Amino acid sequence: MLTLTHFLVLAAVLFSISVMGIFLNRKNVIVLLMAIELMLLAVNFNFIAFSHYLSDTAGQIFVFFILTVAAAESAIGLAILVVLFRNQSTINIEDLDSLKG
Amino acid sequence: MNWADLNLMPALPEIFLLAALSFILVLDLFIPDEKRDVTYGLSLLTLAACAALQLATFEPFATTTFSGMFVDDPMADIIKVAMYGVTAAVLVYTRQYVADRGMFRGEYYTLSLFALLGMNVMVSSSHFLTLYIGLELLSLALYALIALRRDSAAGTEAAMKYFVLGALASGMLLYGMSMVYGATGSLAISEIAAAIASGHSNAVLLVFGLVFLVAGLAFKLGAVPFHMWVPDVYQGSPTAVTLMLGAAPKLAAFVFIIRILVQGMGELSGDWQGMLVLIAALSMMIGNVAAIAQTNIKRMLAYSTISHMGFLLLGLLAANEQGYASAMFYAMVYVLTTLAGFGVLLALSHAGFECEKLEDLKGLNQRNSWYAFLMLLVMFSMAGIPPLAGFYAKFAVIKSVVDLGAVNMGFGMVSALYLAVFAVMMSLVGAFYYLRVVKNMYFDDKQSDAPIVVRGEMKVLLSVNALALLVLGVLPQGLIELCIEAMRQSLAVL
Amino acid sequence: MLQNYFPILLFVIVGLMVGVGPIVLGKLVSPNRPDPEKLSPYECGFEAFEDTRMRFDVRYYLVAILFILFDLEIAFLFPWAVVLKEIGMFGFGAMLVFLAILTIGFIYEWKKGALEWE
Repeated sequence: MLTLTHFLVLAAVLFSISVMGIFLNRKNVIVLLMAIELMLLAVNFNFIAFSHYLSDTAGQIFVFFILTVAAAESAIGLAILVVLFRNQSTINIEDLDSLKG
Repeated sequence: MNWADLNLMPALPEIFLLAALSFILVLDLFIPDEKRDVTYGLSLLTLAACAALQLATFEPFATTTFSGMFVDDPMADIIKVAMYGVTAAVLVYTRQYVADRGMFRGEYYTLSLFALLGMNVMVSSSHFLTLYIGLELLSLALYALIALRRDSAAGTEAAMKYFVLGALASGMLLYGMSMVYGATGSLAISEIAAAIASGHSNAVLLVFGLVFLVAGLAFKLGAVPFHMWVPDVYQGSPTAVTLMLGAAPKLAAFVFIIRILVQGMGELSGDWQGMLVLIAALSMMIGNVAAIAQTNIKRMLAYSTISHMGFLLLGLLAANEQGYASAMFYAMVYVLTTLAGFGVLLALSHAGFECEKLEDLKGLNQRNSWYAFLMLLVMFSMAGIPPLAGFYAKFAVIKSVVDLGAVNMGFGMVSALYLAVFAVMMSLVGAFYYLRVVKNMYFDDKQSDAPIVVRGEMKVLLSVNALALLVLGVLPQGLIELCIEAMRQSLAVL
Repeated sequence: MLQNYFPILLFVIVGLMVGVGPIVLGKLVSPNRPDPEKLSPYECGFEAFEDTRMRFDVRYYLVAILFILFDLEIAFLFPWAVVLKEIGMFGFGAMLVFLAILTIGFIYEWKKGALEWE
């Protein structure tokens, strides 16, 4: 039998993987975008699980909005990525170090 | 829900802003490059009309619309009018700068207005959904603005950094919101407050949610230990955009915190007080100490922002009306000061030259004593030297901490006096690098003879802006009372 | 008081382990016996003709970006269509406002030439 806790634990695991993906990833900016997407999906998981458990639809509606905003966010992310690649001919994270003080 | 139940009056300025913005967006497509001033003029006109609408629909109490998702209270009104003014000033200050750098395009203005719309929604939301939508509208517009100068490697790199860390912050906030939703069964701020007060909410989930919310808020505010993006983004962005993201969004972030922590989770103030004490103390320390080592003035101002956010949190952590009002006053004064500071930097920049090194300010007094004087006012205000507005702002937040007596730090009560003394010490450390700028301007020889050419309207506005710091410093009472009254009215209802 | 935060400490530690664990495990467990033949690029038994990583035209990205944006709006249209009878003219009007705003975005991208392939 699946309980709320199962869903919460799964969402927490996905969330930690995505946060670690952002901090540990040293290779590629596209992987960062994927980690961000995963993080938002983990949150969606949480919302839907709670929404079902509480029998309240507000959480599911929130998920619709998160999905849309996530799409807009990845669109902007990709656009910045394209401009970045044009300027520096690389999307390696280690090469993004011109700003230092 | 039907047409008769829909009273859109509280959201009238936002609806007008959206309509005008869409109009400008489409109109701009059809006007040729040499007539771009039309877009600029219309944007300023829109801001003026919004401010007028805001004042015309002012009510001394809170009104809601959109099924209670959108609230219009005196605090929101005052902050919004301030944001219209700040955005208008930003557009005026940056007019020449963006024209010199190929950024004088319709997108610069429409994105700025979109960011403003996002801030307005944030400021007026009484539901997690509207808070999130407003925040994302602001953030997405800012990401695009930073990358607007497509040929600038530093700009696009800053945009990427801001994007990744901003998205991380949004993720944390959302995770916190989902936990609070699970604990209280609602997303509306007033219902969350009621559920927490009734004591039927799951305490573990609630504390989880609170920690993630505070982390997300600190990220957005740029407070230590979530501050690493601030210096890079401030330095890498075009100065015009640095000003855009350093000014009005701080006001919106302040209200954002009030809505979530105070109106939503005020019952848990004992829990978040301790967290804010840590964040505030670390921000004041790291911001001020790291700023000393900087040679780039934009980076220095970024660290100074971090420390100012620490001071702002001092007012909030008092968790009483007086504290919130002093934090609101602090936010307003800080934004006014930043505006004037970056305004002078923009005035000194010209085509092919960025004024962003500390030595670029050397001997400014010999080149143009008026701008040197305006910058002196800004630096004195940031350092908190009387009789400038910054002094009263710092005084008010520190006083609200002293009045607190003791703070609950989780492991026990700690005298708030320590925190107040620490804040005073840190502002003394801060005074060192602000005064170094003044020394550069007045006691060093000038490095260049380039004439300072500034458009007429900017010259007037910049002077008024900087002198307002002096006036507010001598007569702060009016604005302070306004803040206290707004806080009392706004917090009484929800 | 502080023990309230124990679950969060636990979360951070477990989260770190979940994040770092797979990477460390991959490093430890995976066999690593490099061989010049194994590391050299190959293509159906031939020597490689060109760089295997083909560069995409930026125009593909543009189409992809615009697609993501406009495709997700359908997520709002489906639930709206299901309950349209119940929400009546008010719901219809609200959706019209939404679509009008979307159309403004569409006019913008069209006029900007984002839909032209050449």
